[in-house]
Amino acid sequence: MAGVLGAAMVLAVAPLVVILWQVILNGGAAMSWEFLSSVESSPRDPGGYLHGIVGTLYMTGIAATLSIPIGILAATYLVEYGRSGRFANTVRFFTDVMTGVPSIFVGLAIYALLVVSGGAGLGFGTFVGAAALATIMLPIVVRSSEEMLNLVPADLRTASAGLGARRWQTTVKVVLPAAAPGLITGSMLAIARGAGETAPLVLTALGARQVVTAFQGTPQADIGLLMTDGFSQPFEPGIERAWAGGLTLIIVTLLLTITARFIAARRKV
Amino acid sequence: MQLATAAARLRRDRAPRQAASPSRPAPTTTGHVFEVEDVSVRYGDFTAVRDVSLTIPRNEITALIGPSGCGKSTILRTLNRMNDLVDDASVQGTVRYNGEDIYAPDVDPVEVRRRIGMVFQKPNPFPKSIYDNVAFGPRLNGERDLDGLVEEALVRAALWDEVRTKLRSPALELSGGQQQRLCIARALATRPDVILMDEPASALDPIATHKIEDLMRSLRETCTVVVVTHNMQQASRVSDWTAFFSVDVDDEQGMRTGELVELDRTDAIFTEASDPRTEAYVTGRMG
Ligand SMILES: Nc1ncnc2c1ncn2[C@@H]1O[C@H](COP(=O)(O)OP(=O)(O)OP(=O)(O)O)[C@@H](O)[C@H]1O
Ligand SMILES: [Mg+2]
Repeated sequence: MAGVLGAAMVLAVAPLVVILWQVILNGGAAMSWEFLSSVESSPRDPGGYLHGIVGTLYMTGIAATLSIPIGILAATYLVEYGRSGRFANTVRFFTDVMTGVPSIFVGLAIYALLVVSGGAGLGFGTFVGAAALATIMLPIVVRSSEEMLNLVPADLRTASAGLGARRWQTTVKVVLPAAAPGLITGSMLAIARGAGETAPLVLTALGARQVVTAFQGTPQADIGLLMTDGFSQPFEPGIERAWAGGLTLIIVTLLLTITARFIAARRKV
Repeated sequence: MQLATAAARLRRDRAPRQAASPSRPAPTTTGHVFEVEDVSVRYGDFTAVRDVSLTIPRNEITALIGPSGCGKSTILRTLNRMNDLVDDASVQGTVRYNGEDIYAPDVDPVEVRRRIGMVFQKPNPFPKSIYDNVAFGPRLNGERDLDGLVEEALVRAALWDEVRTKLRSPALELSGGQQQRLCIARALATRPDVILMDEPASALDPIATHKIEDLMRSLRETCTVVVVTHNMQQASRVSDWTAFFSVDVDDEQGMRTGELVELDRTDAIFTEASDPRTEAYVTGRMG
């Protein structure tokens, strides 16, 4: 029995190890100062992913700024106010559905709603890309925050009410601080997820060949989009840089995840 | 005169209390802090306790005793409107606090809870520092410069000497008994004139229990104490008055409803109870 379980575990971990090994090997070989500090004009030419790194951080940053406060507020509403009311259950249902929607559809929806002239007509750019990422991150933030808020013991809410705290005072002064480490952990995992997404950006950020600082209106670059471009064309420099891009994303995601785990391990409720 | 001001403060239409000058409750006014009249409490369709009438004398300790499920905690929670927080609870009858009906429509339940402290069975300090726990209530009222107040509350809760050097360390690092005294200090910091305690020592060892009992007696100087307890010795040791509750079982409907059997001086309850049910309970032949 233990042998079967052991084999299953090896099978489960093996792909991850192979991927990591490949990325570290190939990505490490292609990683350079030039990769981090310059811009490629095409997969054929020399250069780097600076524009992609800027774009990914820019869009992920805006997406986090949008989705984390809204997500935590929504979760607070669900746990502290709505509980099992019909509205709260509806919100929970749609949050679950949103978690399962393929991310390319999210990109498509934002494209139809915000990008094209039939919608808001904003065109391609940083903001609409960030909006697509935020849409993917939001349900993750809501769900993880809801779990964390539910872990706050009811005793603490009762104690607070017994001291004459109003409901909002209990929420702000007791529940949210007690849940804070968990809320931060969930948010960081959502950021890690958003930073690694490519599909929702295809129809929103579109991609660019230079560093873009414009908030909206100019197509924005992204590490994932550049990787897709690099891997899909038969040019050695582009393929090498795509590996280095993969390594960059994995490092960013890993750092976020490790920090999240570290904060989670220190939480005391 | 002073009572009237205290009561008026419960109204929700009044401007928030002046933070700088929280007046102390009148300490030694004679008479009753609570007058409970024909109170019944229901949870949904279930009547948990029926037709309770009792008075709680000022600056004394009143113990509520009785078998499990007879509604002691329920009655205790009606005294500071904590039952409002239970979704399907409803209270009938009148509860007067310092002469004021606290279930009147214009009374703000939050203001009631600010004036009446509560301590729970399980110590429930916030996951904050010792200092921040004690300062919690006064800060709700917008009070600042709380060092003196925090010290005073901790001294009154007989905890100061044990924590004076570590006020900034987490409350959850204290022992269970210390945590419970911290919860009492936290309740005292809002300067209540009544403290309600629901089995405050039942999770503690005998030494910690003894400290809490001493503390309750010392609180009589400034507060009225109402304490629910399962422990007969504790009731006889600490309380001046004892209310005995019992459960009335309706066999046909299978309803178990709590009721007040009698309220008397504690020595009378324990030596010459007027109701045979009380005698049976306090001598250990029942419940
Ligand atoms: N929140 C609630 N919802 C429904 N029923 C409740 C609730 N709280 C208490 N009850 C019921 O009301 C009755 C009285 O409960 P209460 O907790 O007041 O009893 P108690 O005398 O304090 O008992 P114990 O000594 O076990 O603490 C019990 O039958 C209990 O099941
Ligand atoms: Mg009880």
